[in-house]
Amino acid sequence: MPLLKNGRISEESWQPVGDEAPLPSDGAIVISFARFKAEPDRLAGRNAALGVRLKNTDDVRALADHVGRLGLIVLEFPKYTDGRAYSQARILREELGYTGELRAAGNVLLDQLLFMQRCGFDAFELARPDAELVWRKAVSTFAVFHQPTGDGRATILEQRRNALFEQRAQATWSGTAG
Amino acid sequence: MYQYDHFDQEFVDQRVTQFRDQVRRRLTGELSEDEFKPLRLTNGLYLQLHAYMLRVAIPYGTLSAVQMRMLAHIARRYDRGYGHFTTRQNIQFNWIRLEDAPDALADLASVQMHALQTSGNVIRNTTADQWAGVALDEIEDPRIWCEIIRQWSSLHPEFSFLPRKFKIAVTGSPNDRAAVRVHDIGLRMHKNAAGEIGFEVIVGGGLGRTPLIGKTIAPFLPKQHLLSYLEAIMRVYNQAGRRDNIYKARIKILVHEIGVEEMRRRVELEWEGLRDGRLQLDASVVADIEQRFARPVYEKLPADSAEVALLRFKDKAFGRWMRANVVPHLQPGYAIVNISLKPEGEPPGDASAAQMDAIADLADAHSLGEIRVTHAQNLVLPHVKITDLPAIFARLQHIGLAADNIGQVGDIIACPGLDFCALANARSIPVAQRISRHFADAKLGAEIGDLQIKISGCINACGHHHVGHIGILGVDKHGEEFYQITLGGSAENAASIGTIVGPAVAYEDVVGAVDNIVRTYLDTRNADERFLDTVRRVGISPFKERLYAAA
Repeated sequence: MPLLKNGRISEESWQPVGDEAPLPSDGAIVISFARFKAEPDRLAGRNAALGVRLKNTDDVRALADHVGRLGLIVLEFPKYTDGRAYSQARILREELGYTGELRAAGNVLLDQLLFMQRCGFDAFELARPDAELVWRKAVSTFAVFHQPTGDGRATILEQRRNALFEQRAQATWSGTAG
Repeated sequence: MYQYDHFDQEFVDQRVTQFRDQVRRRLTGELSEDEFKPLRLTNGLYLQLHAYMLRVAIPYGTLSAVQMRMLAHIARRYDRGYGHFTTRQNIQFNWIRLEDAPDALADLASVQMHALQTSGNVIRNTTADQWAGVALDEIEDPRIWCEIIRQWSSLHPEFSFLPRKFKIAVTGSPNDRAAVRVHDIGLRMHKNAAGEIGFEVIVGGGLGRTPLIGKTIAPFLPKQHLLSYLEAIMRVYNQAGRRDNIYKARIKILVHEIGVEEMRRRVELEWEGLRDGRLQLDASVVADIEQRFARPVYEKLPADSAEVALLRFKDKAFGRWMRANVVPHLQPGYAIVNISLKPEGEPPGDASAAQMDAIADLADAHSLGEIRVTHAQNLVLPHVKITDLPAIFARLQHIGLAADNIGQVGDIIACPGLDFCALANARSIPVAQRISRHFADAKLGAEIGDLQIKISGCINACGHHHVGHIGILGVDKHGEEFYQITLGGSAENAASIGTIVGPAVAYEDVVGAVDNIVRTYLDTRNADERFLDTVRRVGISPFKERLYAAA
C-alpha cells in the first residue's frame, strides 16, 4: 500500500505481524491492539520499534500508559462515512500526548484528508500516484478554521480575540500618548 | 442581523471554491456518483425524484431583505421561479442543475449565505425561536448562541461523519417556540437562583420512527462552557452512537439504551478534559459576536394607535388578520407580523420569486430590513410599527399572502411528500391543500382557534406529525396511500407525542376524518379550551368512537 507521510510519498518501514505469527527479534513491527494487550512482557523485552493497529471500536485511553514507547498507531476507516477514528485520533494527540506516527488506514479519500490532518493524522494509506499533489491541495483549501484541535492552527475566535486585544492595547497607548 | 467579518467571508468563499472543484471532478467523471454523494451532501445538494434539490441554510431563521432578494434571484435564475421554506427554517429549491450549483453557491456567498450544515451526518443548521430578540417573554436573545454554535459546528473535523444527522435548537424564552425537547440537543436559557443566565441542556429528543422526548443532562450550564460541553456530548455520540442500523443511529437511541444517567457520566468524563481548554468562551469574543448583530434602532413611539384600533373594528378582514397574525413586540409602538405561507389550497411553505421580492421590499420599508423564517414554514416581519400595519396588510393582500390563519387549522406543516421526495410513501402537500380548502370553505378557522395539523409522507417524520395536535402520517398499504392519524401531540413546553386514534384511513377519507375530529372537539370543548387541552382532558376515546362509528 502506497503511503503518504507528512505530505510525501514514502516507503513502508513497518512490518505487520499477525496475531499468531512469531515475533521477529528485530525491526519495526505493527501488531494488533489485542496482541499488544495480551503480551506486554514479551513486547517489552524486544528492543525495536513497536506499532499498534486499533479497530475504531477500541478504547484508545487503554494506551494511556504506553504512548511513549509506541512509534506508530494505525487507526481504521472501514468506510469513509464511519468517523469514529477522528475522535480516537484527537484523544491520542490532545489528551494522551502521543507524538509518534498516526496513520489513517482503510477507506481514505482525498476529500477527508484535511479533516484527518486537523485531528492529528500525519500518515495516510492513499492509493494514488498523485498523492503529494492531492495533499497539498487538500491542506490549503481553507486558510481559516473554526475549531481548536491539536494541529497548532489558531481558530477564528482566537484570531478575533487577539485582534480585540491589539485594538485595546493601541487605544490605551494612544490614550497615554494623547 | 449578524454581519460577517472577513474571517466568515473567507470561509464561505473558500467553501465555494472547494465545491466548484468537486463538481468539476464529478462532471469529468473523475468522481463516481458514490464518491461525490457525501461531498454534495455537505453542500446541501440532494438527488431527488426528478432533479437535484439545493437546500440553503438560513441560520436560526434570520434573513435580511438583501438575502431574501438573492433567494428570489436563485429561484428565478436556477430554478422554476419559486422556493420552499422548510421546518428547519431553511429554504430549498427543487429543480437545480448540477452544473449551476457552484454558481448558485457563489451568488449566495456574496450575501453572506451558504448551504453548509443542511444535509449529511453532521451537526445541522441550529434553529431558534422565530421571535428571538423581539419577544416579550424573552430572557436572552438565543441567536448569539446559535451563531457561536454555527461557527463551531461548521466543517467540524471530528464530527463530519457522525452516525447520523444532528440537530440543535435553542430557546431564550420560558415559552418554548423552538421545540427544544424534540431535538438531538435542546438548549433552554434560564436564570439560576443567583440570577445568572445559563443553559438547561436537553439531550436525546427526536421524532422520526422512534419519537422520544429529550432528557435533561445538565440543568444549568454556565455560558462560557457551552462549546466544550457540546463537544463532549458529540464525542460520546460519535464513538458510541449505533452505526449498524440507520434507524437506530440517532443520539436518542443511545440515550434511550444506556439511560440518561450513564450518558451524563460519560459526557462529564469527556468534559473534564475539555472544559478548561481552548473551547472556553471568552467574554470579549462573545461580546464581539453580539455587537455584530447590529441591534435595530427603534423610534420612541406611543404604545398604541387609536387609528389602527378603529380600523381593526371597522375592517373585519383586517381585524381577523390582526388577531391571528400579529403579536406584541417588546418595544412599545411596534408589533411582530407573521406572514402565513399557507394561503388556502396552496402548498405549505412555498413562495414565488415575486413574493420573495415583495416581502424583501416590505422588510426594507417597514421592518428595518429584517425577516424571519419559522419552523412552521411561515415568515415574520419582526420590527413593524403598529401604524404601518394597515399598509402591510394591503400589500400582503395584493401579493396573495394575507391568509389570517397563523396557528389555526389552515396553518398546516407538511413535508414535500411523494410529489418530490424519494423516501415518501404517500403524498403530503395535496392532503394539506385539501384540508385547508375544506376549512376555509366552512369559514371555521377562527372559531376552532389554536390547532396545529402536521403531515408527514413517511415514517421519517419531516412534517413532525408526532407533535401535531392532529398528526397525519402517510403509509403504504399494498401500494395504496393510507394515513394514520394521531391526536394530542405538542412540541411546546409540556411536549408530548400524539396517540394513534385508530386504523389508518384512505387518501379520499382524510379530509372527512379531520372534519369529524374537529367537530367532536367543537361539541366537547369547555369555553375557550384549546383543541390540545380538550384532547388532554377527555383522552382520545370520544374522538375514536365518533370517527369510526360509521364504519
